[in-house]
Amino acid sequence: MAMRGRGAVVGVGELKPTRETPGETTLSLMAKAGLAAIEDAGLSFADIDGMVCHPIGGVSMLTPSTVSELMGLKLNFAEVVDLGGATGAGMIWRAVAAIEAGMCRAVVCITGSSRRPRAPRSGGKKTAGGWSMPDRSAFAEFEVPYGNVGANVGYAMIANRYLHEYGATPEQLAKVAVHQRDNANQNPDAIFYGQPITVDDVLSSPLIADPLHMLEIVMPAGGAAALVVVGPELAEQLPNRPAWLLGAGEQVTHKTITYAPSLTDTAIQASARRAFDQAGVNPSQIGLASVYDCYTITVLLTLEDSGFTPKGTGGRFIEEHDLRWNGDFPVNTHGGQLSFGQPGIAGGMSHVTEAVRQIQGRAGARQIPDLELAFVNGNGGILSEQVSLIFGTER
Amino acid sequence: MAAKTTSDTTVRPAPHPSDLTAAFWAATTEGRFLIQRCTRCRAAIFYPRVNCTECGSTELVDEDASGRGTVYTYTVARRPTHRAWAEAGPYVIAIVELEEGPHVTTNIVECDPDDVRIGMPVEVCFAPEADGVALPLFRPTAG
Repeated sequence: MAMRGRGAVVGVGELKPTRETPGETTLSLMAKAGLAAIEDAGLSFADIDGMVCHPIGGVSMLTPSTVSELMGLKLNFAEVVDLGGATGAGMIWRAVAAIEAGMCRAVVCITGSSRRPRAPRSGGKKTAGGWSMPDRSAFAEFEVPYGNVGANVGYAMIANRYLHEYGATPEQLAKVAVHQRDNANQNPDAIFYGQPITVDDVLSSPLIADPLHMLEIVMPAGGAAALVVVGPELAEQLPNRPAWLLGAGEQVTHKTITYAPSLTDTAIQASARRAFDQAGVNPSQIGLASVYDCYTITVLLTLEDSGFTPKGTGGRFIEEHDLRWNGDFPVNTHGGQLSFGQPGIAGGMSHVTEAVRQIQGRAGARQIPDLELAFVNGNGGILSEQVSLIFGTER
Repeated sequence: MAAKTTSDTTVRPAPHPSDLTAAFWAATTEGRFLIQRCTRCRAAIFYPRVNCTECGSTELVDEDASGRGTVYTYTVARRPTHRAWAEAGPYVIAIVELEEGPHVTTNIVECDPDDVRIGMPVEVCFAPEADGVALPLFRPTAG
């Protein structure tokens, strides 16, 4: 019961993802989201004494002090979390732990990414993508020469192995993208708001890396998201309903999927089990699954490995349930990153912001009625870093 | 026995050996694929490490792998994943399970991409040596 009721999220700040972010830098977007979250929490700037950020391209080290200086934050707790798509979820339990340890009272967790049009590729020769530093990861030598670069290839190989071992139909996987798009159509902040799709649309979109179709693959965007975390005493005094952190789990076993203990039994099993154990609840009590969805196969594996359905039955589970905000098993009510957009690390954070909004009763047209418990899973790299969280309305 | 050098002509991004991996890459120029064996728990390990990833022992010795394995999983990249394949058609990126156990990322060559299947027996072959390295690749087992 380590985490249960020790802290809560009380403020949300999130920018609508966009394809490009002219006039903005990653740091400027992060500052804007951070300030919005602090204001939303009902706190003043000076109340913030903890900050968690993530690595930022162009800031090779000393990232927390860079953000502190930019925003003028005076910090008792300054942290960087580097867990890829699990970073946002990983920030939340670290913030609660720091508060519980007496290091600080109010922590702002900030994520974001700017995005520019891709520059034309120069003709210059690069060997192994510049990964020739003495302490580079093994990736440069044992993956890049084979073109195992980017996430599509890794998830495609995971999907093919899953289909070989357990089977699922293309239609079952496509339904994840379709129902999440229906959810996005209730969310004006989603990048694909107002653009419904069908299973046929998904399956007739181009194959990018077998068996993944374009509409099963997340689209990069720019944007930012931040949350404010406080301890119980402060949480009770602030205007928003606290989204209590009830449980957390984390699991990291590999960087490149080639060296994962398994491609189909994922590290989510361990992270989710710890989160449920800490919360003292079970999957059947969960009213929202807000789970990382870089690809449709990621959602299927997460639903199985979090315990919502037994291993090998994910395809049938998706077929038999309505994943929309008003369905019998709501998944990614903001649209998921597949339909909300993926603004870098803020994409993973969007699963946390949505769970918080839903628990707080502030999800607008897509609000799940009488929601009490939400499950979040953050997933980094190629099923590499996993962080699971459970939020509730009651401490 | 078939020649160990592949007939595939793709020029791939070159790996740059580190002190930890120098022995592995040097052996490739002799047509050998090295793995490490833990003398304590007998685990087979790829790629070169400091300690056994199963038991933590640092007592690792190099060993010649058989070069045989099966396709554990794969994908056909329909769009280039790296500029080296910018002009290439679809190509196969795979994880091969070596006979000794470890998983290895590779390309399946000398084979139509649409003919690759999980479980297919494959054998190591090597790209022509360049800069002190002969990149290991895998192709369907002859016969």
